[in-house]
Amino acid sequence: MRRLRILEHAISSLWRRRFKNFSIIVVFTLVISALASILVLTHSLRVEARYLLQDAPDVVVQRLSGGRHDLIPVSIGDSIADLPGVKRVSPRYWGYYYDGLTGGNYTLLGVDGTGPKSLALLEGALPDMPGTCAIGSGVADLRQMAIGDELILVDSGNVGVAFEIVGVFRSESAILTNDLVVFGNQDVVDFFRLPDGRATDISVEVYNPNEIETIAAKIKRAHPETRPITKGEITRTYDAVFSWRSGLMLTMFFSASIAFCILAWDKATGISAEEKKEIGVLKAIGWDTSDVLELKFWEGIVISVTSFLLGLILAFVHVFIFGASFLAPVIKGWSVLFPDFRITPHLDLYQIFVMACLTVIPYVASTVIPSWKTAITDPEEVMRT
Amino acid sequence: MMLTKSRLFLVITAAQILVLIGLVIRFQVVLEVRMAEELPQKRELVRRLELTDLAIWTEARYTRHPSQADFFSAFQDGPSSLEHFPAGSVVGVPESLLPTPAAAD
Repeated sequence: MRRLRILEHAISSLWRRRFKNFSIIVVFTLVISALASILVLTHSLRVEARYLLQDAPDVVVQRLSGGRHDLIPVSIGDSIADLPGVKRVSPRYWGYYYDGLTGGNYTLLGVDGTGPKSLALLEGALPDMPGTCAIGSGVADLRQMAIGDELILVDSGNVGVAFEIVGVFRSESAILTNDLVVFGNQDVVDFFRLPDGRATDISVEVYNPNEIETIAAKIKRAHPETRPITKGEITRTYDAVFSWRSGLMLTMFFSASIAFCILAWDKATGISAEEKKEIGVLKAIGWDTSDVLELKFWEGIVISVTSFLLGLILAFVHVFIFGASFLAPVIKGWSVLFPDFRITPHLDLYQIFVMACLTVIPYVASTVIPSWKTAITDPEEVMRT
Repeated sequence: MMLTKSRLFLVITAAQILVLIGLVIRFQVVLEVRMAEELPQKRELVRRLELTDLAIWTEARYTRHPSQADFFSAFQDGPSSLEHFPAGSVVGVPESLLPTPAAAD
């Protein structure tokens, strides 16, 4: 009950300076909300990438020429297939296409005709005949096209080529397929006018996942001009992209930290004359220093906990219900084709706990410490100054 | 003593915590549904099309396929030029450029 009375007094004290304290709550909430939005968004994308790319090729073999990615002779794939432990080798044919009509960049991808033609996330089917294609939902929206329409693209010889759309990837798969235009392998070779016997890169499937690194090393030894990229490297790339060291995280962290430091600095560098007088009066009527500190502790808790909870709720609603609509333009950059974020809510309770500690504790400390300095001074002196 | 303000604060805080718990429970349900239904379908897509990257940034080659980019991305369009694509400031350092544990030792 005593604690409740001190809390009552703390809230009354905050209420007397309500405009200032409401402003602090609003700013603090926005800072926490921005920080939490980025943390939960990047964490969710990182976990999503880790799950999705588990089925990426075990090894992708690129050929480097002058330090840059170059077309790879398909014959290299034959020698890789002879390595013990290699299950399957297949050349991949793909490339980029700038669509002058819309300003969008598409990824043109070839598939072989051996696998299944229908997929759960594909409306229609994968191309099984020359002159047909399947497109991502982003391309379909941008070009306002559907199954049965003709997609006209200009090939490497500057000749317009029409492809019949036989499939459109569902929007649920946009994070993987938004900008894709999928053709048969031969159509990609013809479209880009690739030289005979050359592919964009080679994918390698390995029997034993524990041997992936060994086989990648053997490929590099046998073909020094190549660069084998293992599945582990692919997934670790996304861990790095969405880690706290990435540019987005660092920028927002710095901005939020600076905003928070200014707020805490303002509190820590001193309390107002009115607050000092209030502490002096409390001491004069018989409050102990510990009572005054408890009062200030509760003042700090009321503001920081309210701001933290509000900020976290706003961040959750922003990221998982509104698809990070405020952050999307920052992440989007100059991309014309950008998937609608449909973020799977992977929450990390440890991350939320750390965020609570990093916001609530410093704020409470910056409220209590300057008050402690005043509370240990003689009340008469405090009231006179 | 009525203690109205402290009780009001406790009620508001409890309401905020309840909203948070409600959101977490809702997200957990969504997560379980998507992990059970959508994830296998997306992984089937990755397997069939042999995909290596997420289709998030389409503005440049090295942002569309960060895992397949050259060693010296993001400066590959001009080794002495400054990075000019906004996504280059969002994307982190490529894995291949990070120090390996052996090198760090």
